[in-house]
Amino acid sequence: MKVTINGKRFEIPAGRTILQAAQAKGIYIPTLCYHEKIGALAKCRACMVEVKGSPVLNAKESPVLLTSCNTFVTDGMEIITDSDRAVAAQRFVIDLALSSGNHDCMICEKSGACELQDAAYFLKFEDKDFRKGDYPANIDDSSAFIRVDHNRCIMCGRCFEACNHIAVNGVIKTIDRGYTSHIGFDDNLPMGESSCVQCGECTQVCPVGALTDKKSIGLGRTWEVKQVRTTCPYCGVGCQQELHVKDGRIVKVTGMEKGSPNKGRLCVKGRYGYDFIYSEDRLTVPLIKEKGAFREASWDEALDLVAKKFKEIIVKHGPDAIAGVSCARSTNEDSYQMQKLFRSVLKTNNIDHCART
Amino acid sequence: MTNWEPVLLANVNRPNSEKIDTYLRYGGYEALRKALKMTPDQVTAEVKTSEIRGRGGAGFPAGVKWGFMPKDAPVKYLAINTDEGEPGTFKDRLIVERDPHSILEGVIIASYAIGAHRAFVYIRGEFFLGVKRWIKAISDAYQKGFLGKNILGSGFDLDVSVHRGAGAYICGEETAMLESLEGKRGVPRTKPPFPAQKGFWGKPTLVQNCETLANIPHIILRGGKWYSSIGTEKSKGMKIFCISGHVNSPGNFELPLGTPLKEIIYEHAGGVRKGRDIKAIIPGGSSTPFLTAEKINTPMGFETLQAAGSALGTGAIIVMDETTDMVEVVRRITRFYVHESCGYCFPCRIGGQRMLSSLERLAGGKGSKQDIEDLEYVAKGIYGRTFCPMGTGMAEPVLSGLRLFRPEFEMKTAKN
Repeated sequence: MKVTINGKRFEIPAGRTILQAAQAKGIYIPTLCYHEKIGALAKCRACMVEVKGSPVLNAKESPVLLTSCNTFVTDGMEIITDSDRAVAAQRFVIDLALSSGNHDCMICEKSGACELQDAAYFLKFEDKDFRKGDYPANIDDSSAFIRVDHNRCIMCGRCFEACNHIAVNGVIKTIDRGYTSHIGFDDNLPMGESSCVQCGECTQVCPVGALTDKKSIGLGRTWEVKQVRTTCPYCGVGCQQELHVKDGRIVKVTGMEKGSPNKGRLCVKGRYGYDFIYSEDRLTVPLIKEKGAFREASWDEALDLVAKKFKEIIVKHGPDAIAGVSCARSTNEDSYQMQKLFRSVLKTNNIDHCART
Repeated sequence: MTNWEPVLLANVNRPNSEKIDTYLRYGGYEALRKALKMTPDQVTAEVKTSEIRGRGGAGFPAGVKWGFMPKDAPVKYLAINTDEGEPGTFKDRLIVERDPHSILEGVIIASYAIGAHRAFVYIRGEFFLGVKRWIKAISDAYQKGFLGKNILGSGFDLDVSVHRGAGAYICGEETAMLESLEGKRGVPRTKPPFPAQKGFWGKPTLVQNCETLANIPHIILRGGKWYSSIGTEKSKGMKIFCISGHVNSPGNFELPLGTPLKEIIYEHAGGVRKGRDIKAIIPGGSSTPFLTAEKINTPMGFETLQAAGSALGTGAIIVMDETTDMVEVVRRITRFYVHESCGYCFPCRIGGQRMLSSLERLAGGKGSKQDIEDLEYVAKGIYGRTFCPMGTGMAEPVLSGLRLFRPEFEMKTAKN
């Protein structure tokens, strides 16, 4: 499909929305509720653009104002994201969001990665352009890992979708209606008393600082941390994680949105259970027991010892005298290698996995 | 005064009008017998010929909507919208309470035409009597063989049940109604897909207002041509006008579309109280823009009211005399919409409250010029940009109030 965005011509594959097309071409359109994983909610109405030359939208001649997140591109469409009319519509929504909550960027954990902040900055908001209302922090600190500030919440609906349709935990609900509507957990309980399992999917999709990871508070601004991709060490699923590292220490863990198999999702252990890395009791080198006491050894020495003992046992008692139990924390691939080692190299079928028993 | 023979309200003043025996005595279910001998396509064609437009507010041609229903879909539904919530409107309530069988007959004919075997009545929860009457009408119709398996030996099956709403104005919007009917929070859906493509449980669904359906038996019995001979060029048929406000005899009046506003107010509703002059008229329920007294000769039709700067909506006329405080009127209407906003999209949720704060300050005599400016800025921002049409309905009274009665708003700020 041949479309024009802000006067530039682009070739866009069919079935894309205007927002997706613009994002793919590096053109920013303010949006608060759209998330790639969730799709178009068309809730915030901030992604308004002017559209012309589309027969299906009755916009053949004069441009019409439409939400770009749920309008599909058609051939010959002319899109203007930065006209006075489009910008006024975008600013209106950002004004409403800024004027109706506790947007204390200075002390907000999300500062620097906040989509409301980005939109306001992009649209060149000044102090006089919105009303600072009296919205004190309304914090629900009852759960173990997630901090909720209801007055920072802009009710974009992402966490609702994430909890109900992505993680499918069904905990987050919309309580009340209209201006007083807010997110709630189960029947409007504090998060810590609800059936929430603290998977943290909601904090990952929250565009503002309403849902934040408690463990990361004060440990590093978003621009100070380096992201490192890794595989979750907890189970065989092998979820792809992004470690947020500052000065050699993990300050936060998020799921890799573009990584399979989890596509951004993590469980409570994967997202928040990273303290063990820094445990004093953690084994960091192989240990060999001699005369009832452990001594440190090199990997080569330890592996040679194990191989030697295995060979001796096989010669003396046959391969079935050996059995292997694979650890539940190893990845699927590692467990596969483990059974391959036992079946083809050691020639025994005595192989099992601790999660099966 | 022209006296029209009532069509929709012919039955309502008879004793025991809600009973099936009364309905049958005056020719009830004859249209159904006739329709079942026609093919479904012939029934739809007759409705198309009548050019009847939906009576729920939007005025979409009913026959065209029926034609949108896919023919080859195995499962289809009909949903009957009795969630009458627009302030000033009380026409559906009258038909449901006094003549439920006229709607039910329309329901069966419509289901036959579109090939639906399951129909749901979504009724406003506060209509306690209406709910009882609907349920009674349905169970009587089952007993007489107008519902259930093999209706009147035609081989057509239909089951109808009643679902009570829980008190949300937004559930009168067709997609929010379907969400609510499915047991979810009453929030509108994105259109497209329209309910005719993906409606109740994702299946093609026809959503129709009950006044529209009450017209169907008459269209089938007397023919679409007869129906289209009544009314104006683009607004056909009889319409129940609900008139309230500062008139001497408020109530429901059934008149042809195109009847001038002046005739309805002065001849049918007995004129304005104490012989006063009119300051403003809301012609189609509180979400339609105000008209001033100059527009009193406007015929009550879809296209004529649009030309006059308003809309027919539900046909609920609210008359305000010269003593009315228009700022207070706008505040009251806005308060209603803010209370009823579902909270889904930002402009309606936050913008509505911001308009209400400004209006409260103005009405309380504590407003400033800036409040008027902000009110206009927010109303323009909401207009046409919300997820569903309710936001626009919320902005209309504010914008038209400011357009027509701005000096009154400014007077309120005089002291500050």
